[in-house]
Amino acid sequence: MTGVVVVAPTRVRVRVTVSGLVQGVGFRPFVYVTASALGLTGRVANTPAGVLAEVEGDTVAVTEFRRRLVAEAPPLAVVEAVEHGEVPARGGTGFTIEATTDGEGRTLASPDVATCSDCLAELADPGDRRHRHPFITCTNCGPRFTIITRLPYDRAGTTMADFAMCAACRAEYDDPTDRRFHAQPIACHDCGPTLELVVGGDLRSGEGALRGARDLLAAGCIVAVKGLGGYHLACDAGNGAAVAELRRRKRRGDKPFAVMTRDLAAAERLVRATGPERRLLTGGRRPIVLLPRREGAAVAAAVAPGHPLLGLMLPYTPLHVLLLEEPGPRSLVMTSGNRSGEPIVTDDQDALDRLASLADGWLRHDRRIEVPCDDSVARFVAGAELPLRRSRGHAPLPVALPFDVSPVLATGGDLKNTCAVASGRYAWLSQHVGDLDDLATQDALASSVAHLEELTGVDPGLVVTDAHPGYRAHRWARERAGDRPLRTVQHHHAHVASVMGEHGLAGGEEVIGVAFDGTGYGDDGAVWGGEVLVAGYGSYRRAAHLRYVPLAGGDASVRRPYRMALAHLWAAGVAWDDDLPAVGVCPVTERGVLRHQLETGFGAVPTSSMGRLFDAVSSLVGVRHTVDYEAEAAIELEVLAAGAAGAPDPVPTAYSFEVTGDEPLVADPAPVVRAVVADVRAGTAPDLIAARFHAAVADLVVRLAVHERTRSGLRTVALAGGVFQNAVLLESAERLLAGRGFTVLRPRLLPPHDGGLALGQILVGSRVRPRQ
Amino acid sequence: MGHGGGGAMSGELIEQLFLPAYGGAARADLGDSAVLAVPGLREGARLAFSTDSFVVRPMFFPGGSIGDLAVNGTVNDLAMSGATPLYLSTAYILSEGTALADIGRVATAVGKAAESAGVQLVTGDTKVVDSGSGDGVYVNTAGIGIVPAGVEIGPTRAEVGDVVLVSGDIGVHGIAVMSCREGLEFGTRIESDTAALHGLVADLLGTGVDVRVLRDPTRGGVSATLNEIARASGVGIELVERDLPIPPEVKDACGLLGLDPLQVANEGKLLAVVPADGAEQVLEAMRRHPLGSGAARIGRCVAEHPRMVVARTGLGGTRVVDLPIGEQLPRIC
Ligand SMILES: [Fe+3]
Ligand SMILES: [Mg+2]
Ligand SMILES: [Zn+2]
Ligand SMILES: [Zn+2]
Repeated sequence: MTGVVVVAPTRVRVRVTVSGLVQGVGFRPFVYVTASALGLTGRVANTPAGVLAEVEGDTVAVTEFRRRLVAEAPPLAVVEAVEHGEVPARGGTGFTIEATTDGEGRTLASPDVATCSDCLAELADPGDRRHRHPFITCTNCGPRFTIITRLPYDRAGTTMADFAMCAACRAEYDDPTDRRFHAQPIACHDCGPTLELVVGGDLRSGEGALRGARDLLAAGCIVAVKGLGGYHLACDAGNGAAVAELRRRKRRGDKPFAVMTRDLAAAERLVRATGPERRLLTGGRRPIVLLPRREGAAVAAAVAPGHPLLGLMLPYTPLHVLLLEEPGPRSLVMTSGNRSGEPIVTDDQDALDRLASLADGWLRHDRRIEVPCDDSVARFVAGAELPLRRSRGHAPLPVALPFDVSPVLATGGDLKNTCAVASGRYAWLSQHVGDLDDLATQDALASSVAHLEELTGVDPGLVVTDAHPGYRAHRWARERAGDRPLRTVQHHHAHVASVMGEHGLAGGEEVIGVAFDGTGYGDDGAVWGGEVLVAGYGSYRRAAHLRYVPLAGGDASVRRPYRMALAHLWAAGVAWDDDLPAVGVCPVTERGVLRHQLETGFGAVPTSSMGRLFDAVSSLVGVRHTVDYEAEAAIELEVLAAGAAGAPDPVPTAYSFEVTGDEPLVADPAPVVRAVVADVRAGTAPDLIAARFHAAVADLVVRLAVHERTRSGLRTVALAGGVFQNAVLLESAERLLAGRGFTVLRPRLLPPHDGGLALGQILVGSRVRPRQ
Repeated sequence: MGHGGGGAMSGELIEQLFLPAYGGAARADLGDSAVLAVPGLREGARLAFSTDSFVVRPMFFPGGSIGDLAVNGTVNDLAMSGATPLYLSTAYILSEGTALADIGRVATAVGKAAESAGVQLVTGDTKVVDSGSGDGVYVNTAGIGIVPAGVEIGPTRAEVGDVVLVSGDIGVHGIAVMSCREGLEFGTRIESDTAALHGLVADLLGTGVDVRVLRDPTRGGVSATLNEIARASGVGIELVERDLPIPPEVKDACGLLGLDPLQVANEGKLLAVVPADGAEQVLEAMRRHPLGSGAARIGRCVAEHPRMVVARTGLGGTRVVDLPIGEQLPRIC
């Protein structure tokens, strides 16, 4: 018997919950449009657990709906999970978008996103009702993280709650087919925030404020500009006197400033950029990108004295676009509006008080900034992005974890602090908090933790921190832990675990972790920093380290690299003769005291720091004897080495560490130090010495890795720690290791320095069994 | 081992080891001196009781010796509770082989210091241990004194708005002992300022101002002492960096060694927390006394950042002044 079986289309109703970063990114109108196109009826709502949709119709259409939900999600959405279940069909017609409901659960907040091309077009269109509106935004762009006060993400949960929508904005906001449907920061000339310029006792608003600010900048003045995550201090990047004045007022030393140009074309007149670098510059995250400066670029030398790279970013708010219009400077120095060492200023009154001695005028607006968020910084090394600061455009995007964790808080380290919370398979890293020396930055840590907990709903039952008993991050964790268990993680173990974690290595895996940085507290009470750790998440073994030299006087030897040079000379048995630049700059009284400290260990701690060895060599070569900011000496050595990279070295393997011992191996820098001294005395060009030193360190990495592979069979190397911000070293270590058959993991999502510690702390702290 | 450094680690030893081990027999406030109600004293007067052990090396240093410290240290602990010191005990632990002449010099110093402080040495003890168990002379002193009626000085009494005063230069003693012990040449010779402070205390109590807290910032320096006061009283303390009387030679030596002057020990100095409206009066009284001629106002108690000490820097920022840990480790990465 043959026949045709006709299956009547079955009508089903399915309830779908989409969790992840799905609020404030146009997800509900997307659901509405998708369901309508498939002829489905039902409803969609925001809940604290995510977007909840019920769709009803025939099975095929419902299945297709579920496919499109993931495949065609809005650009800013990050779908974490989709749960679905059948519910009784109800019939009905049409599709409704419902108001936000309360309940249990968690959704994710979006980072701030640079102004989209649609909004930019409207901004420039004289016929548009938002023509030249400095706060134009839509569901695809604009402020998020920095204006959200609580979840769920709706207008009342942002600092835009202070502004009542006008009828026209309200209509767009309520229209599911509009690009601004439920765009919480929606605003226009009639109802949005307003611009204001404060100069002396003078107040100007709107276009007058903009024009006034541009005039000030053109005249070489310094203007505090309120942006997304705080105030910038801006001045004309082409005006040497203005930049020098900004340096003087900020007491900034020689640390490079970032520059914002009008557009990509203007940027490319200053720097050279590759395809991926251009995409990073123009993308939604819009970080500061370090790029090689063009010969004769039209920026003042004082922007980045003696530095071949320039930190560049493009406008990411409508206000920036308007500020950089003609007439006026085409490139602006844009540096964080803060007093040296303090967090970026977000509050208008604070800006007037704290930036009083720094700025000549204040260009500001009345949209409050809920949390500070500095610009992110990145560079490309060997074709891949190397984050140097993960902040605006990233925070609070989660990082996926390789295994489940119970709710946990990690407080990070003391320099370039970022903290993190995690639960389940996600960790949320805070924006850049800063160096915890001062009270204001410690307060910023406390509010970052509170804001992260609010945004993620994570209620940490465990607190993890660095093992250094004197770290503020450690003390803060101890004070705040209360009844919760507190676990400490060795600094370099956290560095290595962080790199393992961002690469998704599973819970049981082990790597050869090369952790090179400035200082971290070691298990033996020494200051570590030139370490090879065979590490899993739960434990590690110290496989190799640099030979200890005395770090005399703690921070004094960090701020004065010549002291580290003298320490390494002493350890290498080289006399302190005045012909060596590092010896010459050390005052005679200090030499006597230092020698005593080195010989007796008084006020000195043994250190295996690779960062300090870079400092020492930098001083030995005569490049930099004292520093204004961390790693300055090492960076200048890298610049020298990079300059020499083109010229073939007549003696390519001139320097070599001596590796002895067994468990752990000890790498002695003495032969390298002696070779550097011999080259200095022979008048070898400093850039060549710098290049040889970098080659010796890269060679050491390979030798130690090969040795460990022979011992344990491990073939994966993780490169971690602040020293790997050094592009010359990172590039050559990566290349040489790959050439020897290693799989190389390097930081891609998080910075190699202490700004990436918190993730490692989370992974190790969640894995380690508490000691009894 | 940093447990004797006077910082976070000694605090931990007391809280986590000694107090639990003592059980019900100890009073929780193991302060520098105990102020006790004793039957038979005049109405309102109380007994102050304190003990301290002295292990400083070298035993003799510019400006003093272990003998001076042994007397002045305990006298000062009593004075800081507002007591008039009366009687001291002295106990010596001598390692075998210590030169008799050295023991004699220490004993002479003890006698002279007691005489000039106006206290009587009323009981004592001497033990000799094998050489190897120690070296030279260690001294323990205990003392009693009377706190007059109406004087209520204690670490918990600092209030928001109060002013913090110091009686003179900071860091001198610690640097003197250190440079002598280590044989360091800093260019300028620095002498210890060890002295008995109860005369100075009597003068400032004589102003009638309600002095809240008095402390001698010995081990762990001004930093440790102020952190303890901030914690005990639940207030924040804000120092003004440029008002801190730190002599240039102390600054230089600290710079060379990588030390924080606020963490360096003092002997002949006191910190006073007083109400703002009496601060000027107390300051004047201190300055009239030879041991307080360099007195200065260095900060105040604030409601912000409770239990924390910060220093306002020249740049207008606020640096956190930490309780020192056992040794000074770099935090810079
Ligand atoms: Fe580090
Ligand atoms: Mg004492
Ligand atoms: Zn847009
Ligand atoms: Zn409007």
